[in-house]
Amino acid sequence: MTTIDTTSVPDQPSRQVVGFKPDLLQSGDHELCPGCGHPVAWRLVLDVIAELELSNRSILIAGHGCYTQMMKLSDLDSLQCLHGRAPAVATGVKRMVPDAAVFTLQGDGDMVSEGLHEVLHAAARGERVTALLFNNGVFGDTGGHLTATTVIGQRTKTSLEGREAEAHGYPIDVSRLIAQMEGTAYAARGAVNTPGMVARTKRMIRRAVELQMAGAGFTFVEVLTMCPTGWFVPTPAGPEYLEESMMETFGIGELKAPE
Amino acid sequence: MTRRLMQGSQAIAEAAILSGCRFFTGYPMLPFTELLENMARKLPATGGVCINANSEIEAINMALGAAATGARAGTGSCGQGLALMQEGIAELALNELPLVVFNMARGQQDYFQATRGGGWGDYRTITLAPKDVPEAVAHTQLLFDLADRYRTPTILYGDYVIAHSSVGIEVERLDFDPLPAKDWALDGSMSGTGEARQIWTWARGKPNTPGPGPNRAWKTIAEKYEEIARVEPRFEANRTEDAEILVVSFGTTAIFVDRVVDELRAEGVRIGSFRPITLWPFPGEALAEATEGCAQVLVYELNAGQMVDDVRMFAADRSAIRSIGGVSQDNSGMRQGDLLNAEEVRTRVQHAMAQPPAAVPSGRTSS
Repeated sequence: MTTIDTTSVPDQPSRQVVGFKPDLLQSGDHELCPGCGHPVAWRLVLDVIAELELSNRSILIAGHGCYTQMMKLSDLDSLQCLHGRAPAVATGVKRMVPDAAVFTLQGDGDMVSEGLHEVLHAAARGERVTALLFNNGVFGDTGGHLTATTVIGQRTKTSLEGREAEAHGYPIDVSRLIAQMEGTAYAARGAVNTPGMVARTKRMIRRAVELQMAGAGFTFVEVLTMCPTGWFVPTPAGPEYLEESMMETFGIGELKAPE
Repeated sequence: MTRRLMQGSQAIAEAAILSGCRFFTGYPMLPFTELLENMARKLPATGGVCINANSEIEAINMALGAAATGARAGTGSCGQGLALMQEGIAELALNELPLVVFNMARGQQDYFQATRGGGWGDYRTITLAPKDVPEAVAHTQLLFDLADRYRTPTILYGDYVIAHSSVGIEVERLDFDPLPAKDWALDGSMSGTGEARQIWTWARGKPNTPGPGPNRAWKTIAEKYEEIARVEPRFEANRTEDAEILVVSFGTTAIFVDRVVDELRAEGVRIGSFRPITLWPFPGEALAEATEGCAQVLVYELNAGQMVDDVRMFAADRSAIRSIGGVSQDNSGMRQGDLLNAEEVRTRVQHAMAQPPAAVPSGRTSS
C-alpha cells in the first residue's frame, strides 16, 4: 500500500488527470453555464474521433445554440450553418467529400423544432453522416423556452405553469422517428448525468461513427444533457432532475443497430 | 462539333456541367423542372451528384454544403421557390461561398427578389438576365466563374421561354482567367493540425486562428460588393447614340422591344433600346449616358414596375421616365402573358410617343 508523504511539499504540483483537455480542443475556455451537460457530451465526440484516428478527415457542421461554442473551440474543419439545416448541409458536404467523417451537431430546438424536416429526410436518404442531438429539452441559448422536446410539466418562460399537452402539445421522440427510417443504420439515446451513462453514451457515439465510416447509412446519437439554468433548478440538482424528467419520458438505449 | 437541336433547359444543363458543376439539387417546379431533369440525367456520368430535394430550403442548404467543400454547385427553382431560399442565399453571401442559383422564372416579377434579395445582411447577388438560349449558355458559364472569383452566390434570371424553347445550338466552352485556389474549402484535412478551417458568418475564428469578427468581416464583404458594382455591370445598348426615345427592358422581353425599335427606326423614328444584362450590378452609368438627351425613357417590363426604380436612380432626366409595361401572366400563372408581344410593345410605345411626358405628373402611367 502506497503512503502519501504529507510532511513536505510534493515534487510536482497536483493536477486532475494527465491530458485532461482533448487534443482536438484548441481551448477549454467555454462560456457555458455551470452544470451544463454539453461539454461532457462533446468531449465524448472528440475522444471518439481521436481514438478512431479520424482527426485529419473530420468535418463538423454545427447549428445554432449553446453548443455552437464547440464549433469555435474545436480543432475541426467547421461550418456553422443555419438553424435547423445541418443535416441538409452535411449531405452536400459528404456527397462531395465521401471519405470524410462528417458530423452534425444540433440541439433540440435546432433539430426537432426548426429542422425536423431536414433530419428525417437525411435519415430517409441514408446519408452517411453522424448526426448528434444534444437534447436538454429547452432553448437554453435564449434563456429557457419551450422546444419540441420539452417534457410534460416542464416550466419554461413560454410554458409558465409547465408544459400541458392541451395547450402546447406533446414532446417529440425524435430518436424513435429516426429509428423507423429505412436509411438509418444506427439510432441511440444516451445521457451524461452519471459516470456510467457517460461511458455508455461514448460507446454509442463510437458505434455510430464506426458505422458511418463503414458506409452503413445514417447514424444518429441523441444525448440527453443537463440545463439547470433553462430548467430553473439549482445547478447541483441537474443530473437527478434529468433522470426524473427527460430520461423518464424518453428512455435510454439503442433504438436501431445492425445485428 | 455541330449545332444540335435542344431545349434551353438542356443547353443550360450542358453549360453548367461544362463549367465543372458537380453538385446540383432542386425541388421540381415549373419552368425549372426540366433543368433539374437534365442535371439528373447528365450529372452522374461525370462523377457528380444530383439530388431531388424535399424542399427549396433543403436544396439551398445542401448546395451550400457542397459549395463549402470547394465543389462547383448549383440549385434553382422559379421565383416562388427562390422565395424559400432567401435565407440560404444570404448565408452563402455572408459565408463568402460561391453558388449558381437558376431562377427559371414564371415571369418578370422577381426583379426585386433578384436585385434586392430577401435575406438579412449587407449582401448582393450578381444576377444575369439572358435574352435567349445562346446567351443563357454563356451566362451560365460566366456565373460559375464570377461566383468563384468573388466567392458569392450568383443568379441566372431565366424564364419559361428560355427553359422551354428548342433551338439549334453548339454548347461551347468559354475560357476565363485563372482563379485563386480554394484554400478555404472544407475537406477535413486541417482538422487536428491546430489550424482547422472555419466557415461562419460571424467570422470569429478559433482560439489559435482568430477571425476578424462580424463587424470587420461584414465591412469587407460590403466593400467586395462595391467593387463588383464598379467592375461587373454589363449591358446592351441598341441605336442609343441619337435616340430621342429610349426603351429599357430586360431578359426575353428585350427581343420583342428590339424588333419594334428596328421597325420604328425604319419608319424614321429616332428610337433606341437599352438592356441591363446584369440586373445587379445595374449598369447605371451606361444608362445615364444612353438616356442623355432623350425626351422619353420608356420602361417595358412585365410587372407592376420594379426595374423602373433602378432606371429612376440613374436616368439623366427623371421626368422623362415612364413605365409602359405591366403585370402580364397567362392564365396558368406559369409564363408571361399578352404583353410579351411585339405588337403590344409597338402600341404602347406609340401611345407614349403621342403623349408628351410633361402631361404625366409622376413620370409614370398606369398600364
